[in-house]
Amino acid sequence: MGESRVLPDGSILRYNFVERMIHWVAGASYVYLLLTGLALWTPWLYWLAVMLGGGGVSRTLHPWVGLLFMAAVLRMYQLWGKEMRITDVDREWNKALRHYTRNEDQNLPPVERFNAGQKYLFWLMYWGGVVLTITGVVMWIPEYIPWSLRFLLHLSVLLHAIAALLTIGGFIIHVYMGTAVVRGGFRSVIRGEVSQGWAKMHHRLWLARITGNGPTKR
Amino acid sequence: MAGNTLELKRISASSSPPAGIREAPVVCKLIDTSTCIGCKACEVACQEWNDLPPETTVQVGTYQTLPSMTPHFWNLIKFNEYESGTGLHWLMRKDQCMHCADPGCLEACPAPGAIVQYNNGIVDFQQEYCIGCGYCISGCPFDIPKFNATTKKVYKCTLCSDRVSVGLEPACIKACPTSCLQFGSKEQMLQIANKRVTQLKASGFTEAAVYDPPGVGGTGVVTVLALGNHLEAYGLPDNPSIPWAVTLWKYPLKWIGNLAILGGIIGTFAHYVRFGPKEVKGETAAGQGGR
Repeated sequence: MGESRVLPDGSILRYNFVERMIHWVAGASYVYLLLTGLALWTPWLYWLAVMLGGGGVSRTLHPWVGLLFMAAVLRMYQLWGKEMRITDVDREWNKALRHYTRNEDQNLPPVERFNAGQKYLFWLMYWGGVVLTITGVVMWIPEYIPWSLRFLLHLSVLLHAIAALLTIGGFIIHVYMGTAVVRGGFRSVIRGEVSQGWAKMHHRLWLARITGNGPTKR
Repeated sequence: MAGNTLELKRISASSSPPAGIREAPVVCKLIDTSTCIGCKACEVACQEWNDLPPETTVQVGTYQTLPSMTPHFWNLIKFNEYESGTGLHWLMRKDQCMHCADPGCLEACPAPGAIVQYNNGIVDFQQEYCIGCGYCISGCPFDIPKFNATTKKVYKCTLCSDRVSVGLEPACIKACPTSCLQFGSKEQMLQIANKRVTQLKASGFTEAAVYDPPGVGGTGVVTVLALGNHLEAYGLPDNPSIPWAVTLWKYPLKWIGNLAILGGIIGTFAHYVRFGPKEVKGETAAGQGGR
C-alpha cells in the first residue's frame, strides 16, 4: 500500500519513491517492448529495430525486457492490487464517464485514490502482461515446442499480438491522460507530490481519508 | 546464397514489391518412395555439398539417422515399419523442405529479406538478414526450419539454389543410385510421378498417389507414395496449409491493429483540441498543479 500523507508544506505525497520507481521501470521497459515489438509487427516500422541496434539485438533483448516488465507489473500488483479493486463508487463514476471525457469534473462522484479509468488500465496491463509473458515464453523458444504441441505456438503468436494491441490502446490513453489532460498528474508520478486542490478535484475521498476529514460533499 | 535480385518472386517482410522480372520455369524435385532403397546417399551428398558439419547419429530404433532434421542436417530419410491389411510395409521417405508455392515461413517472417522465393519456386533463407525470431517455425506446416542456438539463425534445405542457379541439379539428386530422386520442371516431374502412380496401381497398390498438397499451393518437392491413403505412415500431414493463427495474425488482425493504433493517436489528439486539459482551479501551470 502507498503511504499517502500530507507533507509539511501542505502538499500531498501521492506516490512514494518505490511506487514512482516501479512505475518508471514498467514504463521504460514497456516502451522498449513496444518499439521492438512494432518493428516486427509490420515491415513499415522495421526501422525501429534498426535504430535500436538491429533486428538481432531486438530479438535477443525483447524477451528479457519482457520479464523485467512483468516483474515490475507484479510488484505494482503487490503495491496497488487492493486499491485497484472495482467498487460501487467506481461503478457510479463509470456511469458519469461522459462528464469525465468532457472535462465536466464537477458532475462526477468523488473517488478514492484511483478512479475507475485508472483501475481498468491497471487490470488491462496486469492481465495483458500475464498473457504476453506466457505466450512470449513459448515464442522465445519455438525450437523446443514439440511438433505435436505446435498449436500452442500458433495460439501464442496470435494471442501475443492481440494482447499487445489491447495494451497499446491502454498505453495511448494512459500517456495522453497523464501528460496532456490531467495537469499535475505527470509531476505526481515523477516527484510524488500533488496539491490539495488537485487531490480535491480528482480524488476527493482519498483526500478526505488522508487528511482525517470525513468525506466532504460539494 | 546464389540468386539474383531479378529472380525474386517473393521477399519476406518487405514494404515494397519484389524485383523479379526474369521468367524461369518452376523447378521441382521428385521423390519416388517406391524405388527408394534407403541408402542415404542423398543425406551424405547434402552434407558434403553444403559443407555441413557431421552430426552424431542417434539410435531411434529404426534405420533412421536422427529423430528429426537439425540446423546442419537438412535431408533426412524417415523410416517406418507399417502394418496394414496387405502386410508389413517398410516405408522410407526422404524428408526436407517442401518449397511450398505459398510458403508459410515466408509469410510469418518479420525480417525484411530473410526469406525469399525465386521465380523458379525455390524458397531460400538468407541468414544474413535472419534475426532468429523463430516465426518461420510457427508458419511452417512441415516442421522444417531448424534454429541454431550458436549462430541464432534458422536453416533448412536450399534445394541447392547455388547449384540450380548455374544449371546443375541438387546434390541429393546427383547422388541417388536408383533414380528415385529426379529433378526438372514441375510439369515434367508431375508427368513422371503420375506415370509411376499408374504403374503402381497396376501392380496392386491401388491407393498409390502423388503428394503435391494444394493447401500450400503445391510444393517444389512432389512425392510418389505407394500407400497414398496412409499419409501418416510416411510422416506427412494430411492437408497442410499455413496455420490459421498465422494467417489471421498477418491479415485481418494486422490491419485492424494498425487502424486502431492510428485511430487512438488521432482520437486523443482530436480530444485535446476539442476539450483541452483538466486544470485545477486557481492553480497556474507553473504552480503545484503544473506539469
